[in-house]
Amino acid sequence: MIDTMNIIIEGLPTLLKGMGMTLEITVISLVLAMFIGLILGVFSITKSKILRGISTAFVDIIRGTPLLVQILFIYFGLPSVIDINLTAFSAGVIAITVNAAAYLVEIFRAGINSIDKGQMEAGRTIGFSYSQTMRLIILPQAIRRMIPAFVNQFIVSIKDTSLLSAIGVAELTLSGQSIYAANFRAFEILFAVGALYFIIIYSLSLFSRWLERRLDVA
Amino acid sequence: MKMIEINNLKKSFGKLEVLKDINIDVHSQEVVCVIGPSGSGKSTLLRCMNLLEEPTAGDIYIEEDHLTAPKTNINELRQRMGMVFQQFNLFPHMTVLENITLGPKRLKGKSTSEANQLGTQLLDKVGLADKADVYPDNLSGGQKQRVAMARALAMEPRIMLFDEPTSALDPEMVGEVLQVMKDLAEEGMTMAIVTHEMGFAKEVADRVIFMDEGYIVEEGTPDELFENPQNERTKSFLSKVL
Repeated sequence: MIDTMNIIIEGLPTLLKGMGMTLEITVISLVLAMFIGLILGVFSITKSKILRGISTAFVDIIRGTPLLVQILFIYFGLPSVIDINLTAFSAGVIAITVNAAAYLVEIFRAGINSIDKGQMEAGRTIGFSYSQTMRLIILPQAIRRMIPAFVNQFIVSIKDTSLLSAIGVAELTLSGQSIYAANFRAFEILFAVGALYFIIIYSLSLFSRWLERRLDVA
Repeated sequence: MKMIEINNLKKSFGKLEVLKDINIDVHSQEVVCVIGPSGSGKSTLLRCMNLLEEPTAGDIYIEEDHLTAPKTNINELRQRMGMVFQQFNLFPHMTVLENITLGPKRLKGKSTSEANQLGTQLLDKVGLADKADVYPDNLSGGQKQRVAMARALAMEPRIMLFDEPTSALDPEMVGEVLQVMKDLAEEGMTMAIVTHEMGFAKEVADRVIFMDEGYIVEEGTPDELFENPQNERTKSFLSKVL
């Protein structure tokens, strides 16, 4: 038991560094994904067939292929045909961003559609343009309703980052692997890795539930 | 001067023709009430007047500007026409005052203090001066509709459109809303009102239009239409609602 504790404590600094990397990638990716998701989400509800097509194609392709394949494709596949040199970190951020964006498109679309159409009519009748009405009236209401779904996507993306270990990003999972590759204590280290993921994700779930309750009242 | 001129207006939803060759002129300071059974096309007609519904055919002029022309700046034209909806459509994420001042601030370049002053005046006018900082969810239906009117008036429109403004209200709240509309009519606002309130139409309207099945069946002064209807359909409708 004391031995187990020591193994975990010894590994902890490396694991915490990995956890930092995991959070860093997730936060950067989610912020970027939010912009892409919002733009494509608005595309998906416009009258323009082309814009709707772009949005649908993006969502279908990303959701229809495994994330691990996307990660490998961006890191190994793309540089072999076009002249870019991506670090594992940037490739990882791109993959997680694109993946999260595809799910956020649906969240934005559903959020915007959940707002009564009378709100758009009221805005337009005052004299606001479509985009002004979106920005001032529809989105502020829709985004409030989307917060719980958004937190859930954050949780999913945190877990997804563990796949970046496949391209050598020193996130939490790979940090664990590198420790037990040297000391052969896979049980203790992977237990600690799991516990760290659980702590972040469970706190976020609690936060999400709390938000949901608060927003219901408001 | 003609505030609204509608020529040969037609509107279809798919195969269903809701408006069939409508011609109306609304003159300055005139109050026109449109009555008729549900499904007669009266709400669609009103919604065509500010292009919430795109007409299938025909022309609409607002203060002699061609509303239905492709190049028309619809956002500018709509600023001259206030609209009040059956379902109020207040912005629930804003206070009452913010609901009212959003348009003047963003579209007319009014400063916050100018807009707030205007907003407070209008709230006073509709009898809700004490509700400025309340959110719409905490208002009764009648209060919501009065705020909606204040919001529309904040753009200083020259025409007001009302789409069954009292139909979603509990009976005891209808009066307070109609009173504000009456005050507005007395101040000389040009108004087009779709309504089921025959008493109001009788008292306030300069002209009443009876619609049925997408046509204007009969129109005239309230006296002519209510006391001496000529058309059988008008007679039959009025006998049911009066």
